Amino acid sequence: MIKINGEQREGFEGMTVGEMLAELGYKTAYIAIEMNGEILKRENYPSTELRDGDWLEVVNFVGGG
Amino acid sequence: MTPSKEEFERIMIERHTKPVYDKLKNARVAIAGLGGLGSNIAISLARAGVGELFLVDFDKVDLSNLNRQQYEIGDLGIYKTEALSARLKRINPYIEISYKTIKVTPENASELFGSFNIVCEAFDRADMKAMLINSLLAECPDTVIVSGSGMAGYLSSNTIKTKQVFRRLYICGDTVTDMHDVNGLMAPRVAICANHEANMVIRLILGEKEV
Repeated sequence: MIKINGEQREGFEGMTVGEMLAELGYKTAYIAIEMNGEILKRENYPSTELRDGDWLEVVNFVGGG
Repeated sequence: MTPSKEEFERIMIERHTKPVYDKLKNARVAIAGLGGLGSNIAISLARAGVGELFLVDFDKVDLSNLNRQQYEIGDLGIYKTEALSARLKRINPYIEISYKTIKVTPENASELFGSFNIVCEAFDRADMKAMLINSLLAECPDTVIVSGSGMAGYLSSNTIKTKQVFRRLYICGDTVTDMHDVNGLMAPRVAICANHEANMVIRLILGEKEV
């Protein structure tokens, strides 16, 4: 199981972070990710594989200021 | 006549106590973007007596800014960095204000902001917000960011919250309402969000990490 934004999710093990983002409908340009407590660099999204026990916080920014 | 530095200090200490005043006076805060969020954040922090503010924006004051940003008719056409610095000096002449009129990019972000322990993200574009957060969290290990996301329109004030989303990232706003979804931004909600950011900054300066 993988925890995404506090929720336990099934079916993401073995996917890359990039694949997970596409599956969940996130656009890379608008997000930041903390994975297991550390910032995950954008260039590593395609190569970072999700394993059982990983926990991610995905922040999606909206416009306005 | 401008009151003396001693008069200013006496009043601030009377209001806030000396330990609080000293911590605020010794703090340095950077603000990235001087629109509705950044201009309001800067004014609140200056009024609170934060000792050093560093302001970054590339843009000039435009008529379309006056519905929510802390500028006036006389500021139109002037760089926001210059207009806001002048305003802050009229509010509190004894804090240190520096600025750079420059567009923040992934290449210059860490050089601009890396020496600050607290950075306010106050851009308007979502991609710029994400860019700054990604750059600073990856490259500046001592920096905590307070960011704004979701303050457009005139939805309930009470949907705007401060949350700690990452170890070094706080987000203020409703986190979902984009300016393009609700016909733009209005002064009250933008100022509410800005002051959530400003208050979180003050809490961090005073050692409170909880939202």
